[in-house]
Amino acid sequence: MVAPMARRAPHDDATRRAPAYDVAAATPDPEIPTLTIEDLGILRSVDYSPGRGIVVTITPTYSGCPAMREIAADVQARLNRAGFERVTVATQLAPPWSTDWITREGHRKLAAAGIAPPAPAPRRAGPVPLTLGRRPDSPGCPRCGSPDTALTAQFSATACKSLHRCTACGEPFEAVKPL
Amino acid sequence: MSFAEPGFDTGDDNPYDLLAEDHDGGHRWAFGTGFADPLEGVDTSVPDGLDPGALVRFCLALGDDALIYSHRLQQWVARLPELEEETAVANIALDLLGQARMLLARAGGIVGQTEDQLAFFREEKEFRNVRLAEHADADFAELVVRLLLFSTWRLALFESLAGSESRPGAADPVLAAIAAKGVNELAYHRDYAASWVVRLGDGTPLSHAKAQAALDTLWPPAGELFRPDPDALAAVDRDAFDAVLDTVLGTAGLDRPAAAPLAAVAGRAGRDGVHTEAMGYILAELQSIARAHPEATW
Repeated sequence: MVAPMARRAPHDDATRRAPAYDVAAATPDPEIPTLTIEDLGILRSVDYSPGRGIVVTITPTYSGCPAMREIAADVQARLNRAGFERVTVATQLAPPWSTDWITREGHRKLAAAGIAPPAPAPRRAGPVPLTLGRRPDSPGCPRCGSPDTALTAQFSATACKSLHRCTACGEPFEAVKPL
Repeated sequence: MSFAEPGFDTGDDNPYDLLAEDHDGGHRWAFGTGFADPLEGVDTSVPDGLDPGALVRFCLALGDDALIYSHRLQQWVARLPELEEETAVANIALDLLGQARMLLARAGGIVGQTEDQLAFFREEKEFRNVRLAEHADADFAELVVRLLLFSTWRLALFESLAGSESRPGAADPVLAAIAAKGVNELAYHRDYAASWVVRLGDGTPLSHAKAQAALDTLWPPAGELFRPDPDALAAVDRDAFDAVLDTVLGTAGLDRPAAAPLAAVAGRAGRDGVHTEAMGYILAELQSIARAHPEATW
């Protein structure tokens, strides 16, 4: 971008919550930029408080996610540019993020970017079972659609993805781990 | 400035442009820098009836376990046998570092210190990690066996702290939320470690011998995980821990050692600030840059 936008007069924040939501929601995720933070389900809420102005609440995907700071700074910058002067970005940990919060649109964009979207997250009552010898099904190939794929690594370039290979078309691909 | 090609209008949807612009007074000099409080915006008041001192000590114990263990795993990066294991171990180290940051921030918020002050400016005797966390893995078998022992214990503890629909979690809601976040991560770590322990134990005679030797070496320090801790807000049931291990070891064809836990020194162990000789070297590497430049930001 980069034509600087003329700075508009500050909005009346209380009546501008919905536009503020739209601006925050359109923030791209720094590690998967084809998705917005709304698509990923990490935007929890956008509120207004007289003391803190626009309060954007986000939640981390993983405890060590290095993108959280980027996202907070990006949300702040975008809202400032849209004319919201006082912006607070807050973290919320509970309930923990799950890939079930990735929107339908998020699934579509992931597949279009060659990343297999996650299957529904496992639900459990009681202790987390060991998955020894019972590997979860590998997702379908996002390129050719073949269901014949194999897991090549449980971890990939970011914490939220695993690595697979399609046995039909031979292409390696990433998948978002159901969590 | 823009990284985009001339004539290609990225609008303001390009995160790299946002990064290139300075919105932070120069604090963010590269991706992932410009650290802020990981509990920013979280209600960090201590619930009535909870001893703040005990909560601080317990958060430091769990935070130090993760910080020191993460550092040991980071030392493996660029030394692992395959690229897939590089990304796995680096991701596990990153998860543990994230858990450490939140736990140290939780403790620090109560005593008026930042996570960095706690990580970089405490002395060795103030660190509360178990000695298992500071062990230097001699080979890949030790790496995966140690990770199996540690993640099995930590996952069970975090499940207990997080609580469930039928059972309340930790009395501190912040700690319960940090634990709930960590459960899925630790389940992945345990599965990764367990699958490798099976492959080594049930592999060649050489890989089997190395896996059994690793287990024999690491069994005594792992015993320290079960020392009674008066500050703990939850404890791990030894039988449940053994049941998981027996499943993995049985599949791997490995024998559960009978060795006694690593001895305490005059009744004091890792949680009391008594560490192995390795700890000084870890802290020297971990802390030297911050101590040489105490005003630096990251």
